[in-house]
Amino acid sequence: MTQLPAHKFEHLCKEVRARTGLVLGPEKAYLVESRLGPLARKSGFASVEALIDAMMRGDKAVLTAACEALATHETFFFRDKTPFEMFEQVIAPTLKGARAGRNLKIWCAAASSGQEPYSLAMLLDEAGGPQADILATDMSAAVLEKAKAGLYTQFEVQRGLSIQRLVKHFDQTGEAWRIKPHLRQKVRFEQSNLLEDFSRLGRMDVIFCRNVLIYFDIETKAKILERLAAQLADDGYLILGAAETVVGLTDSLRPAQGHRGLYTRAGAAANKAVAAA
Amino acid sequence: MKTCLVVDDSRVIRKVARKIVEDLGFACEEAADGQEALDACRKSMPDAVLLDWNMPVMNGLDFLIRLRQEPGGKKPVVVFCTTENDMSHITQALRAGADEYVMKPFDGEIIESKFAEAGLV
Ligand SMILES: C[S@@+](CC[C@H](N)C(=O)[O-])C[C@H]1O[C@@H](n2cnc3c(N)ncnc32)[C@H](O)[C@@H]1O
Repeated sequence: MTQLPAHKFEHLCKEVRARTGLVLGPEKAYLVESRLGPLARKSGFASVEALIDAMMRGDKAVLTAACEALATHETFFFRDKTPFEMFEQVIAPTLKGARAGRNLKIWCAAASSGQEPYSLAMLLDEAGGPQADILATDMSAAVLEKAKAGLYTQFEVQRGLSIQRLVKHFDQTGEAWRIKPHLRQKVRFEQSNLLEDFSRLGRMDVIFCRNVLIYFDIETKAKILERLAAQLADDGYLILGAAETVVGLTDSLRPAQGHRGLYTRAGAAANKAVAAA
Repeated sequence: MKTCLVVDDSRVIRKVARKIVEDLGFACEEAADGQEALDACRKSMPDAVLLDWNMPVMNGLDFLIRLRQEPGGKKPVVVFCTTENDMSHITQALRAGADEYVMKPFDGEIIESKFAEAGLV
């Protein structure tokens, strides 16, 4: 592999960061060849450098494709377990009463290929409620296509899913497994970039935003958390990934006592007290 | 230390599985078919059984049905590990008392995930 000229690497980093938030430090330079190499070949460029040249000439489609290729889309069903236990044991019971008469609004921001929202759909199905509308968004059109199809490989359905859940919630189609239609219908997929305005999505009772902020710089994390807080109902919940926190980044959210990774709006208790007065 | 019996007629697969299971902290025994596995269980019930389906002498399903009738035979957590990866085989195994089901090809990550689902790790 020929060395990429420094100014081209820097151009790539700058463009990708501006578009997606992803910080590509020099220590991530190896990702450029391993993830853009296949894209370059597929798109008919002679090299990664040629692909970046096209980007520098202003080819937006190439930039979009490069952003998708450079992002980490890794996910699996019931990832980390605890967020889903918290949802079942803390969030759903608390909000159920408060939302009597209307569906719970759940948003999986950066949902990748759909395992996270479908895990929630399975949980709600098994518990027989509460009724919920699940919105799943991602910036990548490719992962959303897969998520919408709800079709997973044998490998994917063996990560995080018990055999009982596989049998109950999936249909086999050849070598692959498709999530049952009534669960697929529970989840709405939409393309949305966390760096852009998402207020049109409406107020949410529960937001899962996991394993995406880790890729961003502090300033970007802080801004997104601020806007997520604004999107959250006063008594709503935010769930972050295991390596993520709001601490030191925003005053609008605070950790829920005794539950790692769970956050509520700061001042929410104050709002409740006012309402009770 | 928890014990795991790896049952497969392929020596290569037993070797791969043993390595994975030992890395998960189990002491490992091997059997090459259902009858050998049943003999091993009669001597000492393991905590877990990783079980192939198609084997000479006695297949995995017949072994499982007999195991569950043995004294203490309800105790081992049985995880099928087989190329039989269609829904009808899976439901048949579950009805016979299997706890988990791995569809081959497998790797360490899948075994770990399935052992976790079955409460073994
Ligand atoms: C590692 S996956 C996390 C999936 C899932 N939330 C989980 O925890 O398993 C991160 C996802 O974030 C998406 N992503 C990255 N930057 C984004 C942005 N600026 N806006 C929306 N999605 C983004 C990527 O496309 C990728 O699918």
